[in-house]
Amino acid sequence: MRVLARRLPLLETGAAWLLALLWVSPLLYAFWAALHPAAMATHFDPFSMPTLDNFRKAWTYAPFPRHLLNTVILVTMVLAAQLVLCTLAGFAFARFQFAGHDIAFGLVLVQLMVMPEVLIVENYRTMAKLGLVDTILGIGLPYMASAFGIFLLRQTFKTIPRELEDAARVEGCSMLGVLWRVYVPLARPTYLAYALVSVSYHWNNFLWPLIITNSVNTRPLTVGLAIFGAPESGVDWAVISAGTLMAVSPLLVAFLLFQRQFMQSFMQAGIK
Amino acid sequence: MKHVYGWLLLTPAAILLIAFTHYPAAATLFDSFFSTGTVVRPSRFVGLANYAALLDDPIFWQVLRNNLAFALGTIPTSIALALLMAIWVNDKLPARALVRMSYFTPTILPMVAVANLWLFFYTPQIGLLDKVGAMFGAPSHNWLGDPHTVMSCLAVMTVWKEAGFFMIFYLAALQSLPPEIEEAAKIEGASRWYFFRRVTFPLLMPTTLFVLVNATINSFKLVDHLFILTKGGPDNASSLLLYYIYQVAFSFFDTAYASTLTVVLLALLAGLAIVQFQQIEKRVHYR
Repeated sequence: MRVLARRLPLLETGAAWLLALLWVSPLLYAFWAALHPAAMATHFDPFSMPTLDNFRKAWTYAPFPRHLLNTVILVTMVLAAQLVLCTLAGFAFARFQFAGHDIAFGLVLVQLMVMPEVLIVENYRTMAKLGLVDTILGIGLPYMASAFGIFLLRQTFKTIPRELEDAARVEGCSMLGVLWRVYVPLARPTYLAYALVSVSYHWNNFLWPLIITNSVNTRPLTVGLAIFGAPESGVDWAVISAGTLMAVSPLLVAFLLFQRQFMQSFMQAGIK
Repeated sequence: MKHVYGWLLLTPAAILLIAFTHYPAAATLFDSFFSTGTVVRPSRFVGLANYAALLDDPIFWQVLRNNLAFALGTIPTSIALALLMAIWVNDKLPARALVRMSYFTPTILPMVAVANLWLFFYTPQIGLLDKVGAMFGAPSHNWLGDPHTVMSCLAVMTVWKEAGFFMIFYLAALQSLPPEIEEAAKIEGASRWYFFRRVTFPLLMPTTLFVLVNATINSFKLVDHLFILTKGGPDNASSLLLYYIYQVAFSFFDTAYASTLTVVLLALLAGLAIVQFQQIEKRVHYR
């Protein structure tokens, strides 16, 4: 890789480490607080015994299992729909010079800037008309045709040599067969990158789910967490930390396990 | 035939895109020329009255100023930090993977969760900030309750959350730079700082522009933390444009005025979009 890779000067290494420590300290502090009684959160005593009491309390204060289930359903549903819709649309843009191609593509790209959460007033109205207020489908539907996904897949499909498609055609493959047997398998890294970005986006999304849901049965983790952590809910800070950590832990664990793929996917996704 | 096929493949996505992006954008513009309807008084055409009200609305101007201050306070700092982080973790650094992970971790956390954690740091008396202050004899301060400090508090938290994300783009760009340039500079005896200033930084300009535009767009969309930390207060000192839209629409139920505010937000995003698309165009041509 790097021919002239040299080590950083000692001072810079120290600074880089210090910044890293500074960056994780809020999380470490949350762990500390969550594992100790509320009084301990403010009186730092390194020798006090950790306890899982706060996690138990948080689990019973708020319906975390239900929120977690809602989030998992939401994320899975949105991703599945996105993969299908974006594959079809990306394929259309990459391989068909149909009438209105460029205008249609421009109209798709508009969504990169104007995400559904910007248009909350009108989108809420539409959902009310469709009877989808307070449903998980209502949270996910506006995001299913993802301009970003379409763009990413179009770029990937364009790099696949036409000869492969021609060969498959000669063998008697239909158009959708070509898509399924040639394009989709070759675009696997893009799909993985897109899936990670999409899952983390929808796992963390807050404003639109907050507006469109109003019952425990549909609220995802982020909305549950906001209600749980509100000062007026009267829950003490150690319990809030525990709840917060429980809410972020699935994604956090996934990140720690797959951090290399995670970062690479963000890199790939960033180079639009 | 290929026309039909192309459109058929596109149809499912097109329906959803029109339903949740284009139609609502057009309807928002349309609604901004009408009054908010009630049961006794249906909505009627009022021309530019909503826009006149907007120009006279001190909260709107304050929110716009806040948004500008938020952007100016967070974007340059997080971009500079991101660049520094990327250069560090791109070099040979002991425990590099761990350092890179530390920088990036805040990025994957939900903003709501982040706000929950930071709320405690800013809480008067029992919060971490006051605890540390007390060690040095500083008096207790209501960080989020003081209009002079609330924006800085939110900005610090946002920089912490976003710098690692921008770092990723710089890291990608740095890794695509040809190593020969660095070799040549080394042979010429260029100093590290000189090399960065005259070679690396100019070569990273497209990335910086890309990150800059994205960060600016983000600064108009990021409002999640307000729900936990300040609710836009005290006295709208920390409110941002999208949060104000939410309040007007869902707390004051003035949907026409919310639409008018949304048009302003859309106009801002459209302006940024034009810059962004030029960027994308360039990138596509470079390939």
